[in-house]
Amino acid sequence: MAKLPPYASPAQRAWHYGYRTITGLIFFFLIAPILVIIPLSFNAQDFFTFTPAMLQLDPEGYSLKHYRDFFGNSDWQLALRNSLKIAPVATLISVSLGTLAAIGLSQSHVPGRRLIMAVMISPMIVPLIISATGMYFFYSNPYIPTPFGKLEIPITLTGTYTGVVLSHAALGIPFVIITVTATLVGFDRSLTRAAAMMGADPVTTFFRVQMPLILPGVISGALFAFITSFDEVVVVLFVGSAQQKTLPWQMFIGLREQISPTILAVATLLVAISVLLLITVELLRRRSERLRGLTPG
Amino acid sequence: MSDANLTDGPITTADGTSLKKSLRLALRRQKIRALLLIAPLFLFILLTFIAPIFDMLVRSVENQSVPETIPRTIDALEAWEAGAGAPPDEQVFEAFYTDFALAVGYKTHTKLGARLNYESSGLSSLFRSTGRKVGKFDTDAYADAFVEADPAFEDPAAWATWMAGAATRQALPLTADTYDAWATMLMDTKGKLAAETEIPDFVTTALYRDLANGSRPADMPDVNVSGWEPVSLAGQFAGANKGWADPQVWAIIKTYGSSYTPGYFLNAADLQLTPEGISQRPENQRIYVRLFIRTIVLSVVITGTCILLGYPVAYLLANLPLRSANVLMILVLLPFWTSLLVRTSAWKVLLQNQGVINDVLVWIGIVADDNRLELINNATGTIIAMTHILLPFMILPLFSVMKTISPSYVRAAKSMGANDWTAFWRIYFPNSVPGIGAGSILVFILSIGYYITPELVGGTKGVFISNRIAYHISSSLNWGLAAALGTLLLVLVMALYWVYDRIVGIDNVKLGG
Repeated sequence: MAKLPPYASPAQRAWHYGYRTITGLIFFFLIAPILVIIPLSFNAQDFFTFTPAMLQLDPEGYSLKHYRDFFGNSDWQLALRNSLKIAPVATLISVSLGTLAAIGLSQSHVPGRRLIMAVMISPMIVPLIISATGMYFFYSNPYIPTPFGKLEIPITLTGTYTGVVLSHAALGIPFVIITVTATLVGFDRSLTRAAAMMGADPVTTFFRVQMPLILPGVISGALFAFITSFDEVVVVLFVGSAQQKTLPWQMFIGLREQISPTILAVATLLVAISVLLLITVELLRRRSERLRGLTPG
Repeated sequence: MSDANLTDGPITTADGTSLKKSLRLALRRQKIRALLLIAPLFLFILLTFIAPIFDMLVRSVENQSVPETIPRTIDALEAWEAGAGAPPDEQVFEAFYTDFALAVGYKTHTKLGARLNYESSGLSSLFRSTGRKVGKFDTDAYADAFVEADPAFEDPAAWATWMAGAATRQALPLTADTYDAWATMLMDTKGKLAAETEIPDFVTTALYRDLANGSRPADMPDVNVSGWEPVSLAGQFAGANKGWADPQVWAIIKTYGSSYTPGYFLNAADLQLTPEGISQRPENQRIYVRLFIRTIVLSVVITGTCILLGYPVAYLLANLPLRSANVLMILVLLPFWTSLLVRTSAWKVLLQNQGVINDVLVWIGIVADDNRLELINNATGTIIAMTHILLPFMILPLFSVMKTISPSYVRAAKSMGANDWTAFWRIYFPNSVPGIGAGSILVFILSIGYYITPELVGGTKGVFISNRIAYHISSSLNWGLAAALGTLLLVLVMALYWVYDRIVGIDNVKLGG
């Protein structure tokens, strides 16, 4: 596959280049839609296509007006603030609870491990629309189901900041569990024993020995949880109200009702964020694999 | 330590307990510690996620609003035969009068109408219009007659005293029941005391019915009602709205009178519960089976295109040298990490009638300017956008399976005389089938529950069952039906995950390659 051997027949030669062309087109299909919105977001007109001025690379055809609109519009600014208020808190909850649970799950004797694991990753498995439906019903009037009937909790979580954060934390947990347990698989248990033998108490052992080693897994879990909350729109549409609208919510409403080119500016900014996250996760993954000796170098 | 010590009795630890016991103790301590670490998250998930799902499952069969709003009517309807083709007798209407008047007080009659309207349209307006008239029924004739017989019947305080007496309550069961329900309603809705409020007609009607049945309470003014002209409540209701004379209406109330109903599920399967049993809905109301089929067909098509596009890419990535494969992998991972809304908006922009794709096609000359392709707001739009969004989920599992196929297999086949195609088709492809299976199930499961993308690019022809669920929650407010549709979708997804677990194992879910 890698290189065409010199003895290749014309048919093999044709297939080799034909195949490269096909995969090239598929890569183009994957990446072009994301890249094409970047120049379009600098459009000086309110169009969604390349204007003649843009095609002639005329500086007149480009402007930052959609970015100015994003930073000047109170709706978008509220959405941005909400996104930045919701995602970090939800991430913090999922990471702290998730890391503890992943450490618990990685112990050698856990009764009912399969069931616990199934429950914990269920938020990732259940389609979002179903989670959103259930949360919408339940958060509007929460209760604790008992065999004797409902034990009502006299609060309403729909339309509140707390409700959105709790639901996003639940959605982020599977990602933390999966990445952290994967890191713990390669964790050498004799290290904690050595620490204990030298007189460290469990808390010290955890923070000084275990935590630094599993940190890459915890951070990539946190990034997954963060992006889950930051990109999430279905649940926030149902559980939240206009007061909690996030960037994806505002984009969704914008796309559904009156589509404005400001969306392209926001999309470009979000692509930049994804690129940063992607690079971080890749670096972390490589570092953790190197630490665990899975890949040399 | 001598040998004799070891063989003599059970092995012991330093402090003298038996080794077996202290090992078991240590093991238990370890288990408890593990569970304590897991417990906070487990409780969190139970409360924030599992309980909501459970709530949805319950709601899909729950029907409390009917029996809770009109309990007396449901009891009275027990004896009525829906098949007889006649409206129920006066007794049912008397019970319904009490229930309905109370429901109007609580303002729940419109909710009940809305609930029953899901089963037969028109009932909502029937309940609403009757709600405005029920206070003006001719039953005030009873009240007038009672007051004529004894002015004490006009005094709420006197009523309160009578209704407190155990003997009276026993003699006038209907009146006591109605009076209590009314007093509770007053307290709950207006915070007023029954002893200070004018007695409404439906309470005096209940008293009339008790007395007409022959009760004679001791401590109440004795009134002989036998000569009074009875007011037909069936006639009053029919006068308020002709619908109440229709046995069909009562049949629906009776059919949906129990606390739990399969009605929502039947509705989700385009069936309906009629007094005669389960039957198909009329042709023009059958939408859900078609929508489920469309969801499945479109998901299959999307999965198919993902295999077609994903297989060559995964093959290339798996067979290139590591360095160039890593670079190309970024082209797969970048869309994977990019916000779903960004990708959907990109497609919305590209596929528009005046969008980039149509512009390019017109410019090349493939498509005439006045005959631009309809690429959005239909099934085509959904398929294109969702294939793009789900393609990484196909490529990544395919890639990880293909990585494990040793190149020596294909080399061996070729050395034994197979040509390129035979070596691929007979050797490489069968080895990569588990990857296709894993990727396909993953893509199919994700696609079947998608909401955002079909909603934005699907128009009316390209929407999925999820969009209908959202519609029922936010627009039609038929939550029971939304819950039933959600439950069906959940069962479908769970069944597929079970298959996925069998083939791949849930534990093997990997993220980002």
